[in-house]
Amino acid sequence: MSQQVDININQLFIDKFSDFEHQLNGQKTLPIHDLRKKALHKFKELGIPNSHEEYKYTNFKKALTKNFTFNQLFKSKNDSSSFGNDYIINELEGNVLVFINGQFSESDSHFKSDEIDIKPLANAYSENPDTIAQHFGNYSKNNEDSYALLNSTYCNNGVFAQIGKNKIVNTPIIIYYISDARADEAVSFPRNLIVAESGSESSIIEVYSTIGEKNSFSNAVTEIVVEENAILNYFKILNETEHVYHVGLTQASQKKNSTINAHSYTFGGGIIRNNLHIAQEDENCTTNMFGLYLLNGNSHIDNHTEVDHKRPNSYSNELYKGILDEKSTGVFNGKIFVRREAQKTNAFQSNKNILLTNDATINSKPQLEIWADDVKCSHGCTTGQMDEEALFYLRARGIDKDKARAMLLYAFSIDVLKNVTIEPLKKYLDHIIAQRFNQEEL
Amino acid sequence: MLNITNLKASVEGKEILKGINLEVKPGEVHAIMGPNGSGKSTLASVLAGREEYNVDGGEVSFNGDDLLELSPEDRAREGVFLAFQYPIEIPGVSTTNFLKTAVNQVREYRGLEALDAVSFLSIMKEKMKLVEIDQSLLSRPLNEGFSGGEKKRNEIFQMAMLAPTLAILDETDSGLDIDALRIVANGVNKLKSEKNATIVVTHYQRLLDYIVPDFVHVLYNGKIVKSGTKELAMELEEKGYDWIKEEANSVV
Ligand SMILES: Nc1ncnc2c1ncn2[C@@H]1O[C@H](COP(=O)(O)OP(=O)(O)OP(=O)(O)O)[C@@H](O)[C@H]1O
Ligand SMILES: [Mg+2]
Repeated sequence: MSQQVDININQLFIDKFSDFEHQLNGQKTLPIHDLRKKALHKFKELGIPNSHEEYKYTNFKKALTKNFTFNQLFKSKNDSSSFGNDYIINELEGNVLVFINGQFSESDSHFKSDEIDIKPLANAYSENPDTIAQHFGNYSKNNEDSYALLNSTYCNNGVFAQIGKNKIVNTPIIIYYISDARADEAVSFPRNLIVAESGSESSIIEVYSTIGEKNSFSNAVTEIVVEENAILNYFKILNETEHVYHVGLTQASQKKNSTINAHSYTFGGGIIRNNLHIAQEDENCTTNMFGLYLLNGNSHIDNHTEVDHKRPNSYSNELYKGILDEKSTGVFNGKIFVRREAQKTNAFQSNKNILLTNDATINSKPQLEIWADDVKCSHGCTTGQMDEEALFYLRARGIDKDKARAMLLYAFSIDVLKNVTIEPLKKYLDHIIAQRFNQEEL
Repeated sequence: MLNITNLKASVEGKEILKGINLEVKPGEVHAIMGPNGSGKSTLASVLAGREEYNVDGGEVSFNGDDLLELSPEDRAREGVFLAFQYPIEIPGVSTTNFLKTAVNQVREYRGLEALDAVSFLSIMKEKMKLVEIDQSLLSRPLNEGFSGGEKKRNEIFQMAMLAPTLAILDETDSGLDIDALRIVANGVNKLKSEKNATIVVTHYQRLLDYIVPDFVHVLYNGKIVKSGTKELAMELEEKGYDWIKEEANSVV
């Protein structure tokens, strides 16, 4: 039975490729197309993972087979006029690029290309062939991860941004990926390439949201290169409903003395898998990873992070926190590699979870592999119920139980938020968190 | 005000309070002393409504109401305050916000209007002076990284803010330096009135020089085995608990 299902979904993705090629028109002649074909070839070998180790706890196969027809795979739905702009983060100014079901929506986007070379990726295939050739597909785990392969096969658009040497850019790049699932299921394969040239400083914010009640599936890949002495702040925010399936890989490559601050916020979703892979290619790199997930219903979230320390004197710090309510499930897998040459590396990891019901579960797995001997590494995972003693303390001062509970959960969450330095974004996230716990009060 | 009759309580199946009787009237100060592990904090916790303690028998009435029926928050709103022996740290919750929420929830329960930020702050300033607590402590997360003495002082500050009718101070004196002890005791005395009462749990006569009790009770093995006036505390200071234990054990 299940064998039958396997063949179907894999075959479907393979068969759809000719339709996809067909609607690409002229783009088929670009070098990028060879990469697509290569990726498809490799995908044929691997297929959608079933009980494969890396996706052991997060199996999309059933969900994709059961909930999607993929009939609308490449039909562009590009009508944003009818759904307003609720998806926009208030007061957050910057270079805005909006994609609806994977298609670039020019009328909703506004950006300036003076400080940053920024454009829809589809334009960069022909306009920036050298940068594309140098970086595209070099950082995503192209040959290892089936979903990244699927993205490489079908990706058409996303954001290309190249932050020039020594440019300190204060306005963030904000990418809104909207799934319009009102009339029909929505499927998209967003793809971004971000190159932060040496000495530059910039921020990228990816926001995923869905409109409508039908199912949506997005399979995203973001490739990031942070060159010498550059600083990049990266945010990925998913504020989704239970009809949403998302798998995304963010793959960053850091050069000497560079810093990346990666933030991940997930507020709901059907099945969500965030892969964050950061490779420190050279000395003196700093990597910060902050994550928060607040789930209820039947939501399932899986955060897989990996930081690879390859050279000496590097630093990484990771703090992921989650609150799981009702029947939600969570997975945290944090890999830290410290290669033999990466002496004097400091690596810290912490994953803390609160389970609010007996039905909520979390599977937290730190995975430290250390080949160097002169390193400082620590990791800690805690999973528990609400802190009853703290709850009693607040109640003993006259605060009612629900309010006390909300205060404590809010405090637990806000701990992650203090690392966000973009004020309007912080306010937005704070609002979602506060609202989440007030809703519980009703 | 408070009437405890034959109160029995256990935790995790272990019987700790074995029939407590105590009456506290408005304006009175009662001291409860007794050896370690005799059940003093358990009594305080049961009165404050900690859920892990099972009440196995007896009654507690507070101003005519059945106290044991009320949730911890409603007990606080009715005017019961427990200064914890070991105040816990609550990271991420700002002391000021916490107190503002508490004060306003208590006010709401009593049919009073919520305080706005300005009036809250002015009351806070006034009470800060009373217990000589520093502003810098209050802008920090609740008790986080506070020294032992600072935590105790914060308890009394919270008491001042909430103006309870029955304050139960569980070893508020331990961990305080000599000056702090005097300051805290002064604070407690200033908050005293004919309408409210105080129960002080302590091991040391020294505190009772400042907060002078009307009655002193000795709790031993889950029961009040001896009651007297402040002279009893002095006798205990001098002679220890052996003679009390002997007396109590021979009665059985
Ligand atoms: N949660 C609990 N689980 C198990 N035993 C408990 C618990 N709480 C209290 N006890 C036990 O109950 C007894 C009374 O404890 P309690 O804290 O009331 O004593 P106390 O009189 O306040 O002592 P101290 O003077 O040391 O503060 C002790 O033997 C203690 O170990
Ligand atoms: Mg005690």
